[in-house]
Amino acid sequence: MSDLQFLGYRRENGRVGIRNHVVILPLDDLSNAACEAVANNIKGTLALPHHYGRLQFGEDLELHFRTLIGTGANPNVAAVVVIGIEPAWTARVVDGIAQTGKPVQGFAIEQHGDIDTIATASRVAKDFLQTASELSREKCPISDLWVSHKCGESDTTSGMGANPTVGNFIDKTDAMGVTNCFGETSEITGAEHLCRERAATKEIGDKWFATWQAYMDEVIEPNKTSDLSDSQPTKGNIEGGLTTIEEKAMGNLMKIGKKARYIDVLTPAETPEKGPGLYFMDTSSAAAECVTLQAAGGFAVHIFPTGQGNIIGNPIEPVIKVTANPRTVRTMGEHVDLDVSGLLRREMNLDQAGDALIDMVIRTCNGRLTAAEALGHREFVMTKLYRSA
Amino acid sequence: MSNSPPDFLVHDAGDAVGVVVVEGITAGQSLEGWVMDSDQTLTMAVNEAIPLGHKFALKDLKDGDSVIKYGEDIGRTVADIPQGNHVHVHNLKTSKW
Repeated sequence: MSDLQFLGYRRENGRVGIRNHVVILPLDDLSNAACEAVANNIKGTLALPHHYGRLQFGEDLELHFRTLIGTGANPNVAAVVVIGIEPAWTARVVDGIAQTGKPVQGFAIEQHGDIDTIATASRVAKDFLQTASELSREKCPISDLWVSHKCGESDTTSGMGANPTVGNFIDKTDAMGVTNCFGETSEITGAEHLCRERAATKEIGDKWFATWQAYMDEVIEPNKTSDLSDSQPTKGNIEGGLTTIEEKAMGNLMKIGKKARYIDVLTPAETPEKGPGLYFMDTSSAAAECVTLQAAGGFAVHIFPTGQGNIIGNPIEPVIKVTANPRTVRTMGEHVDLDVSGLLRREMNLDQAGDALIDMVIRTCNGRLTAAEALGHREFVMTKLYRSA
Repeated sequence: MSNSPPDFLVHDAGDAVGVVVVEGITAGQSLEGWVMDSDQTLTMAVNEAIPLGHKFALKDLKDGDSVIKYGEDIGRTVADIPQGNHVHVHNLKTSKW
């Protein structure tokens, strides 16, 4: 199956996207209104409003820039208009995205006001959109594909069905040269000894463990409550039968299969640079934060196994939902792209489920809209490391 | 595959708990189970109604025992749990936080 192909948009820097968005990207919270006005003027462009970008500093500010630049640089994005309150930080985002070679232009609101900025930016957005609309898909080998993974509203069926299906997908596509990524630092607690052993080398495993330990020491330990306030596991996890973080972590780790070994540990929103293979990214386990960071790292399509039915989408990275829970299929079917509940009834085996997932990923890459896209789910959530200055 | 659909699944042969995978299981019902890693089947009765996705004890567990699922330690009991009883947040706690 390593001769599998999909139809993608090959970008100026060689990366391949599966969508063709023209993004109107705010540098900061203040610029959301102008970006939304431009997107309203120019139909088919996509504004990405968010809450941050003012008075951040240090690593938190670096993550802000890395996330915005990575979002604009993502190969699912054809061109970007950046709008910020002032020109200096706006230029930093523009310059970062411009490294990819794609069309990008920035506008600052100070000394112009919203109305003039919106008018000028709208004209550029229109040109970008019409240029992008003439780009066409081409056949690309599956090794051009970057796939991220994160599960959510998990339950015990996740560990029995949906997550092992993703694991089967990763084992198979890792051998085909696909770049895969998993994350969710806190949610591997209880299986940290097993995750450490899945690194390609002892050094990489030690790097992973240090990342996990730092999260425990810096975030969990100073703030924890006896049960993490029903956040790990969540109320939904508990309703679905998951009792402890260790049980949830064991199910979570089923996602990385049995054979593939991760070859690097990425900081949040960092782009992989070691070539094809499996990567771990240090992320929160909250769905929208995690997928936003992975999209900013350059991943083109996301696989999201769920038990109780997490409904998340992302504006630029299509999110494919997989579930093995028959009740979720029955009650929330409009959110489900791939039903693998047959695994629990012994009607299908993991190998068949993994192949069905590969097929759904290829169809999605070729242009099939995911359930989340059709339902308009565009959760774009920046990760904030600490309070602003 | 022609096997009849199981009522509950067990990850590893040594696990202390099984997971109900169908809806509507009531107290006293005898269930058919499938052990995934060894591909064995087993039959066991439950003492309580067990919702879809929830666990029950495959053997008697003592207060303070480690509970094994996936062949791994997933936490400690905080009460005695007889075989066939529901295992969840009321009688099993994390060892982590």
